[in-house]
Amino acid sequence: MLLYILKRVFYVVPVALGVSLLCFLLVHIAPGDPLVSVLPADASQALVEEMRKAYGFDRPLPVQFAIWLGRALGGDLGTSIASGRPVAGEVMKAVANTFILAMAATLLGFLLGGVLGFVAGYFRDSWIDRVATTLSIVGVSVPHYWLGMVLVILFAVTLNWLPASGAGPGGSSLWAWDWEHVRYLVLPAVTMSVIPMGIVTRTLRALVGDILGQEFVDALRAKGMRDGAIFLHVVKNAAPTALAVMGLQLGYLLGGSILIETVFSWPGTGFLLNAAIFQRDLPLLQGTILVLGIFFVALNLLVDVAQAALDPRIRRG
Amino acid sequence: MAPPPAAATILPPAQRHRGYWAGVGRRLLRDRVAMACAAVLLAILLAALLAPWLGLADPYRGSIARRLRPIGFTTPQGFTHWLGTDEQGRDMLARLVHGARLSLFLGVVPVVNAFVIGSALGILAGYAGGKVNMAIMRTIDVFYAFPSVLLAIAISGALGAGISNSLLSLTIVFVPPIARVAESVTTSVRALDFVDAARASGAGAFTIIRVHVLGNVLGPVFVYATGLVSVAMILASGLSFLGLGTRPPEPEWGLMLNTLRTAIYSQPLVAALPGAMIFVVSICFNLLSDGLRSAMDVKL
Amino acid sequence: MSAQPLLRVTGLRKFFPVRGGLLGRKVADVQAVDGISFEVARGETLGIVGESGCGKSTTARLLIRLVEPDAGEIVFDGLGLGDGLTLSELRRQAQMVFQDSYASLNPRLTVGDSIAFGPRVHGMKAAAARALAQDLLRRVGLDPALFAGRYPHELSGGQRQRVNIARALALSPRLLILDEAVSALDKSVEAQVLNLLGDLKAELGLTYVFISHDLDVVRFMSDRVMVMYLGKVVEIGDVEAIYADPRHPYTAALLSAMPSTDPDRRTEEAPLAGDPPNPIDPPPGCRFHTRCPFAEEPCRRAEPGLNPAGDRRQVACHVNDPSSGHSRAGRQGEAA
Repeated sequence: MLLYILKRVFYVVPVALGVSLLCFLLVHIAPGDPLVSVLPADASQALVEEMRKAYGFDRPLPVQFAIWLGRALGGDLGTSIASGRPVAGEVMKAVANTFILAMAATLLGFLLGGVLGFVAGYFRDSWIDRVATTLSIVGVSVPHYWLGMVLVILFAVTLNWLPASGAGPGGSSLWAWDWEHVRYLVLPAVTMSVIPMGIVTRTLRALVGDILGQEFVDALRAKGMRDGAIFLHVVKNAAPTALAVMGLQLGYLLGGSILIETVFSWPGTGFLLNAAIFQRDLPLLQGTILVLGIFFVALNLLVDVAQAALDPRIRRG
Repeated sequence: MAPPPAAATILPPAQRHRGYWAGVGRRLLRDRVAMACAAVLLAILLAALLAPWLGLADPYRGSIARRLRPIGFTTPQGFTHWLGTDEQGRDMLARLVHGARLSLFLGVVPVVNAFVIGSALGILAGYAGGKVNMAIMRTIDVFYAFPSVLLAIAISGALGAGISNSLLSLTIVFVPPIARVAESVTTSVRALDFVDAARASGAGAFTIIRVHVLGNVLGPVFVYATGLVSVAMILASGLSFLGLGTRPPEPEWGLMLNTLRTAIYSQPLVAALPGAMIFVVSICFNLLSDGLRSAMDVKL
Repeated sequence: MSAQPLLRVTGLRKFFPVRGGLLGRKVADVQAVDGISFEVARGETLGIVGESGCGKSTTARLLIRLVEPDAGEIVFDGLGLGDGLTLSELRRQAQMVFQDSYASLNPRLTVGDSIAFGPRVHGMKAAAARALAQDLLRRVGLDPALFAGRYPHELSGGQRQRVNIARALALSPRLLILDEAVSALDKSVEAQVLNLLGDLKAELGLTYVFISHDLDVVRFMSDRVMVMYLGKVVEIGDVEAIYADPRHPYTAALLSAMPSTDPDRRTEEAPLAGDPPNPIDPPPGCRFHTRCPFAEEPCRRAEPGLNPAGDRRQVACHVNDPSSGHSRAGRQGEAA
């Protein structure tokens, strides 16, 4: 098991390096000089050259990458062009907010999807299976940013039950776990939970159906095992795959949150990215993407290891 | 070598045997849900293609006086805006129908591109194995490490708004998952004895891939790719929604959704229309893909 | 065997690397085939027997280079591979029939197209290849009008294997390697396919390498038989001679494990106990010594060579070698 973990970690290093290279290159595939947004329009040639040196843009690309990577490892993601503050701090604040939202959505989506998928798989072709299947197909097909708008129209505009946007009263960015704040979380979290709900339902339904169709279940029945005990066996066998799907989903939620945060003006990474894109704040864009990308890589690693812990077959593979 | 119509020349017509694809087509035709979805998609596609000749209003010309009118609004001149007007007073029906062109284009074309590129890479990696496989798949893994939305937004964000940039970034997003599926299917086909038998007949790698590998790999990969169209639709519209895709005043569903955001207080039904279109198309693609998957009996 | 053999194999070896550890470095080898040599005469059938994992199938694949050997020489009809004989020529002259009749046919091609594929690759025109495929189907007992346009899933296992034989014959090979070609078939179907193989051999003057774990079938088909154990040849010789009087303890054990209705052929010798050792780390000395009832000190130390033992027979056992120091050496022959 330890060897397996070490192997996975070892394998992740080049991928993480590749991810950072990709983030680094983002700035360089961007059209135009990255300095344009920093410099006044009438900057003299000499000033441009000086700034170029100051930012290190005069060095060869691999050297720039090495320097950039070294700084990033030390927690220095550069300075935001728009706000003039360090990118790392901005990103961390936003990550915390996104995390709150993603966790709430994950819990909601997995719970609902887990129950729906399991029941649908267990009672194939029953009415509850049809309901679950319909819900799941809606969940994976609906443009979630649009669903967010529809929910706002319904619950904020028409019924006036919940706030339409923001993360707290008076636009405060300090989060607290009281109803005053949680009210703001409800709509975006529900909106966001629809995707994992759909995917978890679909996966679990197929998985449980497959497991029930396998011979070992018949063998357990033949041995006179009660339904409840068989149910436990099925859960145990479905867990590794379900876990893998859920891990991936959490990652996709972090990515997908960009659109939802924009709809609800939730001050997370998505909102930050949106701002970075519109102000052409490339260091901020780069830093945010890097943090999210590395987080996703780490998450995958975690899922792999957890999966191996649950399923000994994977360890040997 | 196009498969020669051996059956036709050898067998009397009554005994002609059904190939794999004929069977798939038959099963798909019997799938009512899939056929209904195909019909809806076909109708939307036809409307999009024939948009200029359907006698619709000008999708670009608005009127300050008639902004954000409700569904079924009729002007004093007697013109009925069946689906109301948008924030610039443009006819929603005309804009939705014209918008289908770009929205469908941006949903389908990146997946088609990625299908070609991803299949080529995956089949190459799967057939060659060894170091070639390592080099290709490790690179793919780096792109795969990003959630698709994030990757699309990152690339589009760096490149800037515009249809061609959206096309490029969406293609890049969909190559890795398709290549992964193509690689795994190719690797399993490569291990089957008929590939060894073909090698033993002295055929070169290129001929074997063309005759024996493609036919067995492209089917499952195609099914997988059709499932991505709905994701691509949502993503493409999402990019436009963020202002990273189509630029105004082009009609495109995602962009329309964005510009109508502020109208949810005054005309919620009209504001929800473009999203409903995305939803309908996306769900139809998903159900059609599911139907195709079970008709082809592909397990992914 | 003074005449030039159709196939001569010398020192053929293939180790498959086992990767592991942190960096996926090679940590060990599976010694699938370890330096085997044999000849196949024109027109004969050489049977190859052994337990699963002994290297039979790897040997088959090495013969037509579906697997690249680490060492060894293949001489076909007097021409060495890479020395007067090209790989594509070898593959035209030597064809193979695989065990899994379904996996060895492309499910997306009609069987007619599958048979015609080889000739098409070698430049035959489509119409001619199609006619050839029909002719071959007829030869293997399948009506081309009924079968040429069918897909593999529309055929039974026996019919598919007939198609595979037709496909292997499409390039007019002189040597056919049959790797467990009838093992997956029902007994009645197996008999029909074996008879077909016998007829084809006589008609077309073929030479067979017939690989099977079924000793009865091998005896029925083969002129000579080669017994393999853990990647090594332990005994080779005329099939009747070996079945009547096995010289290697492993051969004897294999034959005694064979169900026989003839009371005279039932032996008192202990059948094989346990599984063969791991080919990643085969035992030193004689590879069979861990399971051999006659194992002694020399067997644990030195590996026996494949030495002549009587008429057209070779055995790799210290008992057979008077100079080995084995206590039974020299007595075995007298006993027989």
